[in-house]
Amino acid sequence: MTNISDIYDHTADWMDGSGPMSDIVVSSRIRLARNIAGFVFFSHADPDQQKELLEHIRSKVMETELQESLWYITMDETPDLERLMLAERHLISRRLAEGSGPRAVALSHDESLALMINEEDHIRVQVLSSGQQLEETYENINRVDNILENKMEFSFSPKYGYLTACPTNVGTGIRVSVMLHLPALKMTGQIDKVFRSAKEMHLAIRGLYGEGTEPIGDFYQLSNQTTLGKSEEQLINELITQAVEPMVEYERRAREKLLKERTVALDDKIFRAIGVLTNARLISSEEASYMLSMIRLGIHLDRIHDITLKTLNELFLLTQPGHLQNICQKELEPHERDEARAQFIRQHLN
Amino acid sequence: MQCQMCDKHATVHLTEIINGQKMERHLCDECAQKEGITVKTHQIPINELFSNLVDAQQESRELADLNCPQCKIKWTQFRKEGLLGCPNDYLAFEKPLRTLIERAQDGATSHVGKVPKNSEGKMADQLKLLRFRQELYKALEQEDYETAVRLRDEIRKFEMN
Repeated sequence: MTNISDIYDHTADWMDGSGPMSDIVVSSRIRLARNIAGFVFFSHADPDQQKELLEHIRSKVMETELQESLWYITMDETPDLERLMLAERHLISRRLAEGSGPRAVALSHDESLALMINEEDHIRVQVLSSGQQLEETYENINRVDNILENKMEFSFSPKYGYLTACPTNVGTGIRVSVMLHLPALKMTGQIDKVFRSAKEMHLAIRGLYGEGTEPIGDFYQLSNQTTLGKSEEQLINELITQAVEPMVEYERRAREKLLKERTVALDDKIFRAIGVLTNARLISSEEASYMLSMIRLGIHLDRIHDITLKTLNELFLLTQPGHLQNICQKELEPHERDEARAQFIRQHLN
Repeated sequence: MQCQMCDKHATVHLTEIINGQKMERHLCDECAQKEGITVKTHQIPINELFSNLVDAQQESRELADLNCPQCKIKWTQFRKEGLLGCPNDYLAFEKPLRTLIERAQDGATSHVGKVPKNSEGKMADQLKLLRFRQELYKALEQEDYETAVRLRDEIRKFEMN
């Protein structure tokens, strides 16, 4: 693949719903915050310095072996719609998509690696993978970090570790997260317990698109909040053993219970969702997410056999506002999107 | 009324509405603290409270003037915006920042994770480079090209190492 415009009509490999615990852990993501030594932080740099930084980082990245598998995309030259699609694909943050000033993303062709440049920090490295693969993901991102470190010097203090613009990221600069699908805990009224235990463990729990977003379609993003005083491996291990594994276990138990004790009610929810999706003429992205969430549950509980996980994942992504407008090749008002979304889903499920 | 969690007398009464359903809880002081509903308070003598207040006022006056010699950002500006201006702020704001970091980082105050290659003694060099670069921008702004050329050479020399 050579052209970035080719990615927008299908899902990336890391979204294919495979990997360990993928019945509940949709994906794993790790981000590292890094700043180039000898420069002020991005938000405090004047426009000339921001430009110099961007150029400095671009040229250094392009000197590494990563270069041949990367697209380099400057935000200022990228249309609004494409930036929205990159955010919907979780490849750039909303901050990078909607911010101002010289900024860019270097993106690997398989979309598993993204280097955001001039975000809150000079560089935000991100690696994504399917299912619960946090350890492998860390190996990958650490390898990328080492490659970058060979070409540039990152701001570091022996006491505080990697220095970041916001002190909440200082130290390792690492943000480890998983996307969890927890419909059964929601249906059995136990989701508050998840929130409470996350709070007790100083973990953040958020919606599909991170900070400031509401959970939709029973998808929850769980991540570490502290970045200092523990090693990267320790933070990852704690998140896995203290939060991800128990939550997966609770969700599986809740699913089994539903299947055994409330089979008809469960089937009713799942098949109603199919009914809505195959018949609706207008559907909001929120409603679509809830319905697709039920179908995902139905597939994993073996209640549905004629819809594949691949179709489901595509429907999730391609019915987001940006992707939908790209498919229709025109700008759509929200109510027009609801119509186009309903039509697109009907076509793919019938 | 008895506490719902133990046999003690309930002193905390909470009414919550969750998903349209009213829920009432009656707990004793201790259980309420355990549940995270109330926070433990210490009885502080009144004169201590006053002296703390005076200290806090004096401290906030000191902090109001605190700024970073490198990026010129003020402590108060950082508190308002939440973002630091440059790596040197970690030194310039050392004292108040330490308290803040400790709070945000679950009590941790020092790094134990990954260390970049050859990091020993680098912090001082990194800050020197930062200073050179800030001075270079200032020289260019003032059209002092002689200084600018000298600083540019210094920066190059640094980056070569």
